[in-house]
Amino acid sequence: MAFLEYAAAPESPSILNLKAQYGLFIDGEFVDGHGDVFDTISPATEEVIASIAQATAGDVDTAVKAARRAYETVWSRMSGSDRGKYLFRIARLVQERARELAVAESLDNGKPIRETRDVDVPLVAAWFFYSAGWADKLEHAGLGPNPRALGVAAQVIPWNFPLLMLAWTIAPALAAGNTVVIKPAETTSLTAMLFAEILQQADLPKGVVNIVTGPGPTGQALVTHEDVNKVAFTGSTNVGRMIARQVAGTQKRLTLELGGKAANIVFDDAPMDQAIEGIVNGIFFNQGHVCCAGSRLLVQENVHDEVIDRLKARLSTLRMGDPLDKNTDIGAINSAAQLERIRTLSDTGENEGAERWTADCRIPDKGFWFAPTIFTKVSAAHSIAREEIFGPVLSVLTFRTPAEAITKANNTPYGLSAGIWTEKGSRMLALVDQLKAGVVWANTFNRFDPASPFGGYKESGYGREGGRHGLTAYLEASGWDAPAALSAASTAPADGKRAARKPKQTRKAVAK
Amino acid sequence: MTITQPVGLAPTDRAERLLGGDLTETALRLHLEGLSGVDAVGLEQRAAGLSTRSIKTTSKAWALDTIIRTCDLTTLEGADTPGKVRSLVAKAITPDATDLTTPSVAAVCVYGDMVPYAVEALGARHGDPEKGLVSVAAVATAFPSGRASLAIKLADTREAVAAGADEIDMVIDRGAFLSGQYGVVFDQIVAVKEACARPDGSRAHLKVILETGELQTYDNVKRASWLAILAGADFIKTSTGKVSPAATLPVTLLMLEVIRDWHRITGEKVGMKPAGGIRSSKDAVRYLVTVAETVGEEWLTPHLWRFGASSLVNDVLLQRQKMRTGHYSGPDYVTVD
Repeated sequence: MAFLEYAAAPESPSILNLKAQYGLFIDGEFVDGHGDVFDTISPATEEVIASIAQATAGDVDTAVKAARRAYETVWSRMSGSDRGKYLFRIARLVQERARELAVAESLDNGKPIRETRDVDVPLVAAWFFYSAGWADKLEHAGLGPNPRALGVAAQVIPWNFPLLMLAWTIAPALAAGNTVVIKPAETTSLTAMLFAEILQQADLPKGVVNIVTGPGPTGQALVTHEDVNKVAFTGSTNVGRMIARQVAGTQKRLTLELGGKAANIVFDDAPMDQAIEGIVNGIFFNQGHVCCAGSRLLVQENVHDEVIDRLKARLSTLRMGDPLDKNTDIGAINSAAQLERIRTLSDTGENEGAERWTADCRIPDKGFWFAPTIFTKVSAAHSIAREEIFGPVLSVLTFRTPAEAITKANNTPYGLSAGIWTEKGSRMLALVDQLKAGVVWANTFNRFDPASPFGGYKESGYGREGGRHGLTAYLEASGWDAPAALSAASTAPADGKRAARKPKQTRKAVAK
Repeated sequence: MTITQPVGLAPTDRAERLLGGDLTETALRLHLEGLSGVDAVGLEQRAAGLSTRSIKTTSKAWALDTIIRTCDLTTLEGADTPGKVRSLVAKAITPDATDLTTPSVAAVCVYGDMVPYAVEALGARHGDPEKGLVSVAAVATAFPSGRASLAIKLADTREAVAAGADEIDMVIDRGAFLSGQYGVVFDQIVAVKEACARPDGSRAHLKVILETGELQTYDNVKRASWLAILAGADFIKTSTGKVSPAATLPVTLLMLEVIRDWHRITGEKVGMKPAGGIRSSKDAVRYLVTVAETVGEEWLTPHLWRFGASSLVNDVLLQRQKMRTGHYSGPDYVTVD
């Protein structure tokens, strides 16, 4: 037998206690939606997991009203330390139910259990723990004394990290004293529903978090609802633009976390074996469904051939298949539509003259799969070097000097993240200053931490998530210095009017 | 760098192929210091990633047998006696008397003066582990510190080979390495390898111990691995077991990456032996996964891969019994040595 064909080691979906049908989560209860129901399927098998309710504009209105009521009567009147207690409780429940959440996420999203177990779910808990700590320390958030919550936050999140993106948006919003109506992506609502059960377990006051499921129009009804104070959207640049137009001219505050086409820059003095790992992690983590993925590999021309040889050898050891198997490295593409987009863009790359190499993976009969692919001989003009593919496809370009690397890295409408691989510290620091990217990783890639702000330049959006900067996206300065005795009492605005908006933070974050 | 008269080194085939003829210490230094650096965080992260592989059922059964088949059962104590060595040999031949399907270990590893007792106790079972027999490995060259003159190290080696050792586990001169005298380390390895020759023209296999716990940095481990391979090592080995930390997964991964790169350049296969500190089956399986996913599973044979361990085998036997009977027994159901 071949040892490398490790015997199957699957996590069992039987640890899940799923319902056949999920409604909406409004005002602390599961309720039926008034729209049609739709099925959520497992992208690895195309089997139906459960049916999900579709929220109509009326349902969204009910949810926003519940959130407003909870904000006015409970959440904004509660002390920060009490809000923190609820968030700590949620964090601990996420840890307790970690295995279940990981299995559900892999089942519904198609990403390997190795990632949901070791990355997604631990980060979800970390985000709640981190935000919980902030809840009673808001006067240190940099907005002066007694910063105020905004009110009701409308959040629309993507399918690539369903539960993690939920945590990224909900946790700081609640810590800051806002209430929330959130819409998960149409194809990945399942873990949001399990999260609603956790909120019930945590005894979170009703209406503080409301979850409405459904496709695009549900999200549109939510962001255009007149009684929301804050809109947070994570997703594609096209939809982000549409939302920016719809929100323009209203009093709503907006943060957008959109697409990316990150450059991962490898110099000839890079720690080579670790750089190869970093390239793999940069683009093949989560099947490349990562907005900050290192999808453009910029490699110094004198080491190009060596890097590509090593990369191909490494990719040949990646294991694609059942997302629930603990040894799977590459799972399924989330949906048929996304698979089609990846195929189309890859075919375009080939037609435009780039050289295609695909790892030799056995493609399962059912489900949506795309084997890890590298394009070499890519030039900056090729569409695979410019458009976000959002799949396991790497475009390789070369550079000769640091100056050329910077120019090429910045030559994109996006600016979410970048990576640098070099053993030379001075070069690292010099490059970080010149890269137009919200996050720059040095000798690592795709590392996330709740204390580190995350967000983009240019078409990658505006505003920051995570850290103190992410928190301030859900706060505004009160403009007055309350007596100490009052400062702990309430974050509620006295008359509902908003103070002048603070300038957004655009500081660059450098992760380890 | 000042230009001094180039110091010639003992030529080896490997070094000549890579660095050209008329080998000098300068050429060796330029090569070793020009190797790409190692990012410690990234290396340890990769090792941690490999540790998450889940090895079950048939794969686990194969892995457990492979651990036994590639184990150098070791006793390296001042208190070693002929009796202790004889009982170690008995354990090496029949690791589990309750299950005779258990394979023999690859070798017993003893001090040089214990080699005659090991050879005598093995009798007809002495031989190539690929053929199900058991080799005798001897530590030599003033093990574990290596602090002795070259003449003593060579005498130590020759004596062990003459007594019937099939494999010599030598230590490098870490002092020379850390003070930058790469040529000294290189020439010593070459000389010890020559001392491994037998009158009939055959040669004991040479394992070169880097003692990574004393080299401290991953960059040093990488340079020392290259140096040992260029000087002609058949195996590179992490540790003596007398210095902490002994073998770790990141260090083993790094050394395997050098072995893989050497194979990529020359097509030649060098062996690897982590030693010391590997006590549980679970840990050992992680090493097998690292080998399979770094250099390829064809390395998982006694000629290219060894565990240096004293207590590992018993834990593997308990796991093996569990797979056979469905329940765990306890330490009293395997022999102590």
